[in-house]
Amino acid sequence: MTKRKPAEVSMQILFLLCGLVAVAFVLLITAYLIAAGLPAIRQVGLASFLFGRTWDSTNETDPRFGILPLILTSVYGAAGAIVVGVPIGLLTAIFLAKAAPPRLAGLLRPAVSLLAGIPSVVYGLVGMCVLVPALRAWLNLPAGDSLLAAILVLAVMILPSVIDLSAAALEAVPKEYEEASLALGATEPETWFRVSVPAAKSGIAAAVALGIGRAIGEAMAILMVAGNVANMPSLLRSVRFLTTGIAIEMNYAAPGSLQRQALFSIGLVLFLFIMLINILLSLTVKRGKEV
Amino acid sequence: MPDKTILSAKDLDFFYGPAQALRHITANIPANQVTAFIGPSGCGKSTFLRTINRMNDLIPIARVTGSLTFHGRDIYAPGVDVTALRRQIGMVFQKPNPFPMSVYDNVAYGPRTHGTCDRAKLDAIVEDSLRAAAIWDEVKDRLKKSALSLSGGQQQRVCIARALAVRPEVLLMDEATSALDPISTAKIEDLILELRERFTIIMVTHNMQQAARISDKTAFFLMGELIEYTATERLFSMPRDKRTEDYITGRFG
Repeated sequence: MTKRKPAEVSMQILFLLCGLVAVAFVLLITAYLIAAGLPAIRQVGLASFLFGRTWDSTNETDPRFGILPLILTSVYGAAGAIVVGVPIGLLTAIFLAKAAPPRLAGLLRPAVSLLAGIPSVVYGLVGMCVLVPALRAWLNLPAGDSLLAAILVLAVMILPSVIDLSAAALEAVPKEYEEASLALGATEPETWFRVSVPAAKSGIAAAVALGIGRAIGEAMAILMVAGNVANMPSLLRSVRFLTTGIAIEMNYAAPGSLQRQALFSIGLVLFLFIMLINILLSLTVKRGKEV
Repeated sequence: MPDKTILSAKDLDFFYGPAQALRHITANIPANQVTAFIGPSGCGKSTFLRTINRMNDLIPIARVTGSLTFHGRDIYAPGVDVTALRRQIGMVFQKPNPFPMSVYDNVAYGPRTHGTCDRAKLDAIVEDSLRAAAIWDEVKDRLKKSALSLSGGQQQRVCIARALAVRPEVLLMDEATSALDPISTAKIEDLILELRERFTIIMVTHNMQQAARISDKTAFFLMGELIEYTATERLFSMPRDKRTEDYITGRFG
């Protein structure tokens, strides 16, 4: 065996350290969230924290820390964004990867990527100034700030990742599959929907899961359009998400107060949500590869 | 008894952009026989095969002139339903290309796409097609397993079954055995001889022994031209053209 050069060894140690930094941050955040989030849950009680229907953290005589409205709002919001955004995104991806003439695709692709680069506060601003008044006028509401407005903004925000990942997955489908389908007398659209999309399903599932993650984790844009009242979610009413719940109150929650601790508990719940989605994602991708 | 012509090319030219890939091809292809196209790489044999089911339509710069008729009707006439044409003229590719689905779903793909959803009917079509492709006994207990888990030779026979399931009249085989081992190749050659009873088979092969073994007629292509086209025995025993003779005796190619 030859002895390795010291330069090589030191580089290896450097890479190892860099890798450890990322892992260390994940562990640190996890540990901190657990440590900071558990006391409030202990004090309020896990069941009444998770399933309590009232969030009234600033009531001086009888504060309530039930986050069910926030959890459900986040779940419905993400689900709604997926229901609205994924069909649009998937059809766009099929168009870009299969149907569009190369020149048009060359124009549209960068436009889609640009959509991903827009800061979320800008989405919120447009939502607040255009979408919210429009909803109020169309639907004759007292106020347009609503779960619906948030869903529409989130749907647009998840589009770029859904489109990019799905289009990449569709482009990776071997041409032989599509040729076989066409040679059997299937039309091109039949081929896309019956062969290409199923063959790209693990990539598309990853795109959807990434979209869910983004929708659950988004705070700024929906803070500006959702109205932020901790109602049980309903499409046309003002709602508060897990993320916006933290963002709104953190500024004025006194250090050490139960309110502040409860906000960390919300953070913990959010963190667990994202973890769950990531685990489901890697499971679907793995299962997709085995078929 | 004279051969019944099913496909007929007359002065067929084919261009990839400015490059001419086929020159004045004129040939009648008989029904219910095996016709083999041979020739060196790039001679146009695969291009000709793919003009028959219009798979070349997928190439934007491709252009066809002259006439190519199927049962007397021009394949390239405006208004021809290409999907209907491809249902009648099936194709098996060089590399086995089953869909990443179960064996059953692969074979049922064509009928389902064309509107058959009755379970019992599909079951019957799948079984018939797999039997016709001589693979039923090997896969009958694993119809729900992924077709990709089969061996290459089995995959290719599933692809043949998939093509048969839409009940074509003609089966085009584009070097369908060139990616397979000798035993799988022999199985598919036997299969082709059986299928001849019910289908017209046109095969491209770079393997002259294969053409000699199983084809009734052989066409020799060179640089986009059809040099010689006649009964297989005749072509291999007493070729008329010097170039054919040079090729089959291995002097080039």
